[in-house]
Amino acid sequence: MSLFAIMVSTILVNNYVFARFLGICPFLGVSNKMETATGMGFAVTFVTTLASIITYIIQKSILDTLGLQYLQTIVFILVIASLVQFVELALKKISPGLYSAMGVFLPLITTNCMVLGVAILNIQEGFTLLQTTVNAVGASLGFFLALILIAALREKMDIADIPEALAGFPITLIAAGLMSIAFTGFAGLV
Amino acid sequence: MTNIINPVVVLGGLGLLFGVLLSIASKVFVVEVDPKIEEVLNALPGANCGACGYPGCAGCAAAIAQGKAPVTACTIGGQKVAENVADIMGVNAAQMDRNVAVVLCQGDCEKAKDKYVYQGLQDCRIQATLAGGQKECSYGCLGCGSCFDVCEFNAIRMINGIAVINKENCTACNKCVEICPKKIIEMVPYDSTAIVKCKSEDPGKLVRGYCSTGCIGCQICVKNCPTEAFSFENNLARINYDKCINCLVCVEKCPTNAIDNSAIVSEEFAREFAS
Repeated sequence: MSLFAIMVSTILVNNYVFARFLGICPFLGVSNKMETATGMGFAVTFVTTLASIITYIIQKSILDTLGLQYLQTIVFILVIASLVQFVELALKKISPGLYSAMGVFLPLITTNCMVLGVAILNIQEGFTLLQTTVNAVGASLGFFLALILIAALREKMDIADIPEALAGFPITLIAAGLMSIAFTGFAGLV
Repeated sequence: MTNIINPVVVLGGLGLLFGVLLSIASKVFVVEVDPKIEEVLNALPGANCGACGYPGCAGCAAAIAQGKAPVTACTIGGQKVAENVADIMGVNAAQMDRNVAVVLCQGDCEKAKDKYVYQGLQDCRIQATLAGGQKECSYGCLGCGSCFDVCEFNAIRMINGIAVINKENCTACNKCVEICPKKIIEMVPYDSTAIVKCKSEDPGKLVRGYCSTGCIGCQICVKNCPTEAFSFENNLARINYDKCINCLVCVEKCPTNAIDNSAIVSEEFAREFAS
């Protein structure tokens, strides 16, 4: 697969939120406002890309050589959790502005299953390091896209006259489901 | 045997490696944190409501400790929290100025004329997009109650087509101020009783035409105020609450009663909040 095809595939066709249903928690949790959605989007892009590269190196150099593939999940979680902590520490020192902008979203990424999902799928697909990086960036951009789309919708829905029983999360889930259906329209693009 | 030792070594080793790396990182990237921030944070309510304008209590505590925000920055905490914070910061909070929100419009169904009948969704923000709202006065309260919906402290009622705020219940959380599309809700000191309840910057003749209680720009208040608390700009009288001594001369003299004595409440107001 060409790099461009991987990119388009992860952003639109196999969007991690709408097609693979990963990262649903932050997708619903921080999408009330455009501002927080953007902050989360940036934070996830950053961490997913870094985590994918590091987990790929660990998988190839340690797990595969020792035949310990069954430790994949726990090792990857270890890597992601430490990475998030490290990024938080470093960001606090190097760029306090960016740190306060991302705020509470940084530690939340530890529990974002999309980060783990991307890392594991990279290995399953048999990507090279370059393909892994492109796939990770594409995946996070796809997540970013899904997040700002639903945030924009929710800002509109806030002032719409929605039946009481559906107001809040129910209508958000319905909207998310419809968007997921809409994204199946991209199937066959790549 | 290697089947058992390998995973233990790999996982233990990686865990140790990351642990060491993180502890080194925390030394390298150490950021000096003012101990006062922590203390102030503990004194704050911890509701993370965001009413102070900072992202959560931690943001507010940092701003207070750095002197960027007053010790009274936490609006919902009130006097008690302000005193605790002031103790930590070593300043006096005795003169805590409590602010409350006030709707600067008295143009209810009888006093103000409509230019059309609005039958859309009951939300001021939507009504405001239709030719600026149903009132002829483009500055007045739209009466759909967006502020009422957003108030979490039971301080707002819609009475006869306009919003009124009970200052006893108001915690100055600023939510109504932010949501009002007409920007007619403002913060005023709790003790101030004379308030110019009109925001119309139209010329007096126009105002007279559409509202019986609007500021027509006669400047009687400006001339009669003993402390020169009034200023006049854009056809509208404004009061400087720092100079006002609550003598209420302006309230008596104002020909259209646009300046209101907020200490006197209507019967309907009392009934609404009693229930």
